[in-house]
Parts: sequence; C-alpha cells; structure tokens
Amino acid sequence: MIHVKGLVKSFGPTMALRGVNLSVPEGQFLTVVGPNGAGKTTMLRILATLSRPTQGVVQIGGHALPQGAAEVRRHIGLVSHQTLLYGDLSAEENLRFYGRMYDVPDLDARVTQVLEQVGLAHRRRDPVRTFSRGMQQRLAIARAVLHRPSLMLLDEPYTGLDQDAAARLETVMSTVGTEGRTVVMTTHDLERGLAVADRVVILVKGRVAFEANRSELDTAAFKEAYRQHTLA
Amino acid sequence: MSYLRKVAAIIAKDIAAELRTREMLSSMGVFSILVIIVFNFALELTDRQIVLTATPGALWVTIIFAGMLGLNRSLAVELDKGCLDGLLLTPVDRSAIFFGKALGNALFMLIVEVVVLPLFVVFFDVPLIRPWVMVIVVLGTLGFAGVGTLLSSMAVNTRAREVMLPILLFPVAMPELVAAVKATAGAMAGLPVSEWQQWLTLLIVFDVILVAVSFMVFEYVVEE
Amino acid sequence: MRPKIDVAGSALTIASAALVVTALALVFLWAPREITMKEVQRIFYFHVAVDWVGFLAFFVTLVASIAYLRTRDRKWDILGAASVEIGALFLTMGAVTGSLWARPVWNTWWTWDARLTTVAITWLVYLAYLMLRGAIDDPQRRARFSAVYGIVSFVTVPLTFASVFFLRTIHPALFASSTEAQGRMQFETGLGSARMGMTLMLCVIAFTVVYVALLRSRIRLEQMADRVARLQQEIVG
Repeated sequence: MIHVKGLVKSFGPTMALRGVNLSVPEGQFLTVVGPNGAGKTTMLRILATLSRPTQGVVQIGGHALPQGAAEVRRHIGLVSHQTLLYGDLSAEENLRFYGRMYDVPDLDARVTQVLEQVGLAHRRRDPVRTFSRGMQQRLAIARAVLHRPSLMLLDEPYTGLDQDAAARLETVMSTVGTEGRTVVMTTHDLERGLAVADRVVILVKGRVAFEANRSELDTAAFKEAYRQHTLA
Repeated sequence: MSYLRKVAAIIAKDIAAELRTREMLSSMGVFSILVIIVFNFALELTDRQIVLTATPGALWVTIIFAGMLGLNRSLAVELDKGCLDGLLLTPVDRSAIFFGKALGNALFMLIVEVVVLPLFVVFFDVPLIRPWVMVIVVLGTLGFAGVGTLLSSMAVNTRAREVMLPILLFPVAMPELVAAVKATAGAMAGLPVSEWQQWLTLLIVFDVILVAVSFMVFEYVVEE
Repeated sequence: MRPKIDVAGSALTIASAALVVTALALVFLWAPREITMKEVQRIFYFHVAVDWVGFLAFFVTLVASIAYLRTRDRKWDILGAASVEIGALFLTMGAVTGSLWARPVWNTWWTWDARLTTVAITWLVYLAYLMLRGAIDDPQRRARFSAVYGIVSFVTVPLTFASVFFLRTIHPALFASSTEAQGRMQFETGLGSARMGMTLMLCVIAFTVVYVALLRSRIRLEQMADRVARLQQEIVG
C-alpha cells in the first residue's frame, strides 16, 4: 500500500528526513514513535500529500507522489492534532461541506451514519467551537472517514486529551477509524501505540532507527528499545 | 459541473460561517463609515466642485481599505485550526479553491459596497446611484478580490501577517485603482461612455489578466 | 588554501569600469549640446540607461521566477532575488537622476506622469518583493512566494504605464511623437541626433555590464551563504 524509499525532506539547510525507508502492506496498522523533531509529522504530511518530498520515492496505492497526488487524496483520511474543522459551522455543516469536496455519494445518509458512529449525533446542529477537545477529535475522525478512505493517517491523535477522552477516542478509532484500513499513526504514547499496532517503528533524527512486529515485542522491551535509540 | 458545484460549496460555506458571527461584514462596514467621516473632515467639502472631484477617489479608497480587512479575515479563518490543510487534503482542484475564496471575498465586498454607495450619496449628495457606476464598482471589486485573494494567501503565511497584504497589493492594484477612479468620475458626471471608455477598457483588461495570472499561480502558493 | 582567482568577475569589473569611463567621456565631451536645456540635458544619458537597467532587472526576475516554479532549483531563486536588489538600486538612481534633470527644466522635482509613475510603482514592487522575502523563514516557501509575486507584479508594470499614459504627459518624448516643442530635444550641431543615439547606446551598454557584474557578485555571495549554512548544519546536526 505504502512504499517509501530514500525519502529526504529538507527545509533549506535543515534536513527533517534523511533517507527513510518504509513499507506498509495493506491492512497493517503501523505506529511510528520518536522524540520531538524526529520528523514524524513531516513524514505524515508527505504521506498526506500536504508536503512534497525533496528527494526519494513515495508510492501510495501504486501512485507515485507528487504527480499522482490528486488521485491519492481520494483514498486518504487525516486526523492531526489540529482539528481541521470550521469552528463557526455546525458538526453537520462541516461534514456536509467536506462530503461535497470528496464527492461522497448519498451524503445525507452518510453524514448521519458517521455522526452516530462517533457518538455525536445529538450535537449535530451545534457549532463546533462549543465542543470539548475530545468531541472535536471524534468529529475529526468522522470527517476523516466520511469518504471511506483506505488509508488513515493519524498524527498524535491523543494530544491534549485526558484519560477518559483518550479512551473514548481509542474505542471510536478501533471501531470506525481503523477497521479494514491501512493505518499509520504517530504518537508519544508508547504503550498505547504498541497496543493497537501490528508493527512499530522508531524514528530518530529523520531516520528509521528501529522497527519490529508487535508479536516480537512486549511493552517493556519496546520502552527499552526506545530509550536506547533516543539516548544515542 | 462538479467543479462549479464545489466552487459554489466553498462560497456557501464562507457565507454560512459569516452569517453566524457577522464579524467580517460588521468590521468592514464600520470601517467604511469611519473612513467616510474622516474624508468629510479631511477634505474641504464645502465647495461643490471639490466634492465632485474628490468623491471617486474617496469612494475607491474606502472600498479598497474595507476590502483588505475582508481579505485578511477570510484567509485567517482558513489558517485557524488548519482548515486550509483540510481543503488541500481533498481531491478538489486548487483552482476551485481559488475561485471559491475569491468570489466569496468579492461577494462580501459587494455587500459592503451596497451600504457604502448610498452613504456617500447621503453624506455628500453625489450622483453615485447610476447603472454605469455600479458596473464599474463590480468590475473593480472582482479584479481586486481576485488578485487580493492570491496575495493575502501569501501574506497570511508570513511573519508580518496582515501588514504584508497592503504592501504587496497596493503596487499591483494601482492601475486598476486609477482606471476605476477615472471611470467612476466619468460615469458620475453622466458623460457618454465614449468619453471615458479607455478607462473602462483598462479596467476590464486588468481584471482579465490579473485574475488569470492569479488563478494560474495559486496552486504554487498553497502547495508545500 | 589559496582562494581561486575569479577570472570572470575580474573581467567584468574591468569591463564595467572601462565602459563607464568611456561613457562619461562621450557624454561630456562628444555628445551634442541641446539647445534649450544645454548641459543639464546630459544627465539624460545616465537617466535613461539606469532606468532601462532597472526595468531589465524586473524582466530577469520574471524569467527567473517562472523558471523556479518549474524546476524548483535554488539557483533561479537566487537570480530572481539578486536581480530585484540590484534593479531597485538602479531604479533609485533613475528616479534621482530624473529629479535632478526635472528641477532645472520643468521647475519641479517630481510629476505623476506615465513614466515616472511607472518607475515609482515598480520601485514599490521591488520593495514589496524584498519585504516579502524578509518576512519568511522557510527557504522553500520564501522562494515559491517570491516567484509568485515576481510573476504577478510584473504584469502590473505595463498596465500601470498604460493607465497613466492616458493622462497627458510632460515627460520629454524620446521617440518624437509629441508635437509640443518642449517635449522634443534639439541639438546644436547638425549631427545631433546621430551622436545622441550612439552616446545613449554606449551608456545603456555600459550600465548593463555594470548590472551584470553586480548581479554576478550578489549571486556568488548568496551561493557562499548557502554553503556556510549547509556546513553549519553538518557540524551541528
């Protein structure tokens, strides 16, 4: 599904990504962890077609970026720590708007469906700025899955959420967000990140420092590996 | 058809959001009134002849400054909460985003102008409610909103933010301003079109060229 | 490590110096004397030459801007920015020489006719371009935005000229289409126009070479700055 080879991203003299190699087969849940500045968000933005690679090959679903970006966008859903929602519009209006942009068929029914799935149907007419952060994140997931993407990109989705909200988010994500989809998630939360993943990757200073399948690791080992690679 | 529908959806979204808060329209409106009042005191408006000569310029200055308020606000809304990223994520053509925002901006400016023109008539007793004047105002607004949308989408992404827009926009919009003011003066005086026709032509040429160029380069502004 | 001798740069510097000195000589010693304005008129040669370069620089930036957006190659960004910097310098000289000429001849420092207004607006565009660059940290974004602005603002130059051209101008008509006597330059000797033409041509060439020399230096400076930044990154990161 995703094929990344020698991905380099530089901002002038600063190199955010220094040659990342990654392969994510269809249906896999990949968690990417790493310290601040490792390049996690940069990489995710490139996968989301919001940023162009400086060098290297990035292929999603067989389409090469950046040329095939328009086609790729149909199949991607992004949840970032910014909600990407219009605060003055209602939940329903936000979803209807994005639905139109994605040419979602049967829009009304679909909007109702996702609102119910994320547990926000009762607030559909309220302006988004009146939502709590947790609710906004859930609505963001609704927005991201509206067009039934085959690839979900989650950039530190738990940021700013308390335990309760995070747990709710996780439930929503596992039922609505990630079923049957390929997922790439970046996070600071090592435990949660490992628990939901099929595979994990540690990104340090723009490179892949460590990768393993979940079956090969337990939480302690993962934390140890993280500590080792980020101290060096 | 789908392309136009998406442009319309973007405009509708901006209108819906604005109707909720009415922030942009009210600030543009209040600002315009203030400018008109300042003009009243700044210019020697006792002499009828001076009033007639100064009005086209005063009118367009008001429109342009109010317009810039709207432009800044419109783009700032998209940056807030990363909504522009949300739009860029979708498969929507970048040019559709441009037209949607530009037409939306033009629409808001026109709404404010509907208030400003009568105010000028009331305060200064000038014959502005003529068909040709309205045509010129619409043309000027379209061109200004077009290139203004492009430039404000850059300005808003710089350190200086809103302050950058007038710096970028004024030199570029100059020919349009001159043409609009001159054409308005001609139309206001009730002169036959042939007398001020070159200004009208210039205005249209400006609109066409600058909107076309803006639309072509817009994607380079929004794509990282 | 001994630095390499910059052959091309030295050659350009010498050529510019030679050409400018020749131009000065021609302007003051060989060019014909104008009947009405007398010696003051001689500033015209420099004025036209630097104005020409000021606008040529804009065209260079336009080409560089388009090239950058197509190739995303930093070298075009460097060229565009350097050209604007130097163009702004030349245009400032153009405005100053214009004012120095206008004062004794028209008894005013400035007038808002077609050409002067276009010069003023172009100068403001240059300023805006440089301020835009100054307000962006990310190098790629800076390059992209500059290129976009370079393209959009270039269009405005002919339009500005046209817009003010429709108003009457008191600027001396170079190509003699104006019928007003004060708009035409007349020379004492019979060979007036021919000599004027050749002197002007040489001045234009001289200042164009100066522009190229300055441009080259500026580009090299920027390239070195890039290298330093890259080296810094390697050492720190």
